[in-house]
Amino acid sequence: MKYLQGEYQILSKTNLAKNVYDFVILAEEIAHLAQPGQFVHLKVKGFLLRRPISICEIDPQKGTIRIVFEVRGEGTQQLSQLNQGELIDIMGPLGNGFTKLEKQKKVVVVGGGIGVPPMLEVAKYYGDNATAITGFRSANAVILNEDFKRIGAHLMLCTDDGTMGGKGFVTNALKYHLLQEHADMIYACGPQMMLKGVVELAKEYNIPCEVSLEERMGCGVGACLVCACKTVKNGNEYLAHVCKDGPVFPAENVIFD
Amino acid sequence: MADLSVTIAGVTFKNPVIPASGAYGFGQEYLSLYPLSKLGGISCKGMTLYAQNGNLPPRVAETPNGMLNSVGLQNPGIDYFIEHELPFLKTQDTVIIANVAGHTVEDCMEIARRLEPTDVDMIELNISCPNVKQGGAAFGTSCQAAGEITAAVRKITTKPLMVKLSPNVTSIVDIAKSVEAAGADAVSLINTLLGMRIDIKTRRPILKNNVGGLSGPAVFPIAVRMVWQVANAVKIPVVGMGGISTVQDAVEMMLAGASAVQIGAAIFSDPWAPIKIADGLNQYLEENQIEKVVDLIGQVQPW
Repeated sequence: MKYLQGEYQILSKTNLAKNVYDFVILAEEIAHLAQPGQFVHLKVKGFLLRRPISICEIDPQKGTIRIVFEVRGEGTQQLSQLNQGELIDIMGPLGNGFTKLEKQKKVVVVGGGIGVPPMLEVAKYYGDNATAITGFRSANAVILNEDFKRIGAHLMLCTDDGTMGGKGFVTNALKYHLLQEHADMIYACGPQMMLKGVVELAKEYNIPCEVSLEERMGCGVGACLVCACKTVKNGNEYLAHVCKDGPVFPAENVIFD
Repeated sequence: MADLSVTIAGVTFKNPVIPASGAYGFGQEYLSLYPLSKLGGISCKGMTLYAQNGNLPPRVAETPNGMLNSVGLQNPGIDYFIEHELPFLKTQDTVIIANVAGHTVEDCMEIARRLEPTDVDMIELNISCPNVKQGGAAFGTSCQAAGEITAAVRKITTKPLMVKLSPNVTSIVDIAKSVEAAGADAVSLINTLLGMRIDIKTRRPILKNNVGGLSGPAVFPIAVRMVWQVANAVKIPVVGMGGISTVQDAVEMMLAGASAVQIGAAIFSDPWAPIKIADGLNQYLEENQIEKVVDLIGQVQPW
């Protein structure tokens, strides 16, 4: 596992939706190493523990990575106070990303809420062979719509209240899509309930599926073992670690509560 | 360059900075940043006789200037360590400390027996893990149990034996004296302090284990006090830990009586912390025209 740690400059900061921020960061070495689905571990002034944030986009030519995160607590609140031009202390890229098949394979990426950002880079790899199903509570929480269009993915936007895109959950949209089109792989990130639904559909349609998980994290590199998640290993229940064994896991290895 | 070397129970460390057990895995995770040979030693993740899964998540909660953890000694078991981790570690030119954490006295004896023919440099007997139901801190909170388990392992091993003490006791000095009398070559302290956080929205403890061990800068003054008290009460060397995150902290801990320091939670914030502290010690000694780091040990001048 090759990763770096250093201070990198924030090139731009955008407020995408209420409490959702978008940083583009100049970090050439990290951009060259990073794979879709990996994360970076960010130091926050005044807090002992770093904050893991998934990588939204990678641009090795420009030497930049993009992260999109939601303010969830005091740490992410503090992160959101950083401005364009300031430095941010990053460890990364960390963890295992999504498995990349041949580019002409048909894939579906499914993201719910703040689980949508890590799906952009993997969708970009497949371009117009990717169908992106994104779900949000309401129109005012919708993010990255234009980005999925820019990279060529077929976008199916859902909101719980129907204020934008189709009304309902991403699982309904996924089922609708799978009824009409074959998929070689499904990638998903979002709340547990959503992931559970996606994994059940993947099983029903016999499609390989990978899910990106999150858990409260410590070191970020597999040393402290705090970010445990229930998985199956050699037929036995095993508490794997989101930072090192994941964050991306084959769906069949994950035990959902 | 000042002389940073220290010798504890006959084992010479090139510098007195050691990543603490549980904070550093088996070292591999930090190779991407720097060679492990820069470290005085590594205290490996606590190992039980057989592999165990540990506690259910969440296992970590942030606290003011610190953190709680309730990992519960998840580890691949002693045989896996000997077969798969130790051969690599022994090529890294640093002192390797095996942290032993049995559920019973017999477990600890068996682990020590299996370590006896290996190249492990030192055993750190963990009688202070707050996160396991059987064993762990149960051994470290009574003088009699602490003495008995130390004596039992002492009979098995010819390796230098360090005993890691719990701060969750009425008198850590009495426990230290018991393990010294039972044949310990050194003591290390402090393990984490038992703590708890509650989510006021859900009214649930943040940790699935309800309680966990507190570490990080918040516990540092307690650790300094306990190291000072123990160092004044025993003749064997004391390895100090608990919230050390800067070179100033390391100097302070050594002045209190520590012969070496272990670094835990600080690594999560800055994985370079042990290296920065070792380099910083050299600079501190040079600036203060002190030739050897051992000249700091126990040199606090109490009122």
